[in-house]
Amino acid sequence: MAAEHAPNASEYIVHHLTHLNSLGHKQAALVDWSVFHLDTLFWSVSLGLLAVLILARAAARATSGVPGRFQAAVEILVEMVESQSKSIVHGDRSFIAPLALTVFIWIFFMNAMDLLPLDLLPRIWGGVYAATGHDASHAYLRIVPTADLNATLGMSLGVLILCLYYSVKIKGLGGWMHELFTAPFGSHPVLYPINFAMQMIEFVAKTVSHGMRLFGNMYAGELIFMLIALMGAAWAGTASGALLWVGGVIAGSIWAIFHILIITLQAFIFMMLTLVYIGQAHESH
Amino acid sequence: MNLNATLFAQLVVFLILAWFTMKFVWPPIMKALDERAGKIADGLAAADKAKADLAHAEKKASDELRKARESAAEFRSGAERQVAQLIEDARAEGARIVNAAREAAEAEAAAASQRAKEALREHVAALAVAGAERILRKEINAQAHAELLTQLKSEL
Repeated sequence: MAAEHAPNASEYIVHHLTHLNSLGHKQAALVDWSVFHLDTLFWSVSLGLLAVLILARAAARATSGVPGRFQAAVEILVEMVESQSKSIVHGDRSFIAPLALTVFIWIFFMNAMDLLPLDLLPRIWGGVYAATGHDASHAYLRIVPTADLNATLGMSLGVLILCLYYSVKIKGLGGWMHELFTAPFGSHPVLYPINFAMQMIEFVAKTVSHGMRLFGNMYAGELIFMLIALMGAAWAGTASGALLWVGGVIAGSIWAIFHILIITLQAFIFMMLTLVYIGQAHESH
Repeated sequence: MNLNATLFAQLVVFLILAWFTMKFVWPPIMKALDERAGKIADGLAAADKAKADLAHAEKKASDELRKARESAAEFRSGAERQVAQLIEDARAEGARIVNAAREAAEAEAAAASQRAKEALREHVAALAVAGAERILRKEINAQAHAELLTQLKSEL
């Protein structure tokens, strides 16, 4: 690559943080409902399919006899999700428990994309892009769907919709309306607007924080991988550069190992909060 | 960090995946888990039952053994008693036979001595008659004095 085309640090990071979208260039407006992030859609759908197909394979081969290792591993997950959902949600869990399992495995898979070498898939995509006669410097690709706010907010919106659905289903439309206006402060006409406002704030805060928490963790994790990659890239010939490269290797290893915990923990937290929020919809004040 | 329609696509994908899991993944796995739990419970119950059965059978066996031992002892003591009885009977029988033989021999001996005595008497009578005959010769007629001789014989 010619020297004038080598990106500096900020260009490198901006390039890595730009989505492959349906516009072909960076989205200008903060909110534009006509745009799709193709990379997020591709990876999240692919990983989602991978997740449910692995589970479906385990389910199809499930026997009540002695389980193999694969079946036992899936069963451990299922039992974990089942016991968590049982302790949190009191009611019919025939959809909620599988939902929690899907959330956990899918988010774990999407988070795990962070552990792939940072430049591997974008560089391959750049090669493909260049081979089809385009400018490789515009070959944007982000492979961690959960580091895209759209993905995480989309899922937390799904949880919100389920919360509303179960609120109406469990308490009835009238019961839920009653609760919207009388909880948390009590039943008094003066308190109705305050209660309602509090309820609305609660729903918005739950949904936004639910999506933002996962997004923030994964985005920050991705960013740190980029900074470590920049550190490793500064090795060009000098002694301090070589030390930086060694530092990059060490820091990258440490951060990747720590990230194994983060990706699992964040998937678990998202699943638990999904259960908690839907469980709240089952309980009347 | 831009918001766009990806959000809604993700929402739909999320719900579809959850639905798929509910429909095709969760039920078979839970069914297998429940069935296995049932099997394990059955196995444990069967083990408990087998244990109880074993204890019962052991008790029964020891009872039978005790009963058999008791009846064997009873049998043996009965047999011993019977043997003693047999020996006693045999001894009594032997004694009776010996006595009978002795009595028979004694009777025989008595008869023989009686017979000898008779014969001796006959001889003595004959000798006496002969002696008297020789002495008296003419005076004593055997036929005439037969009564006297017979009387003399019986007094011997």
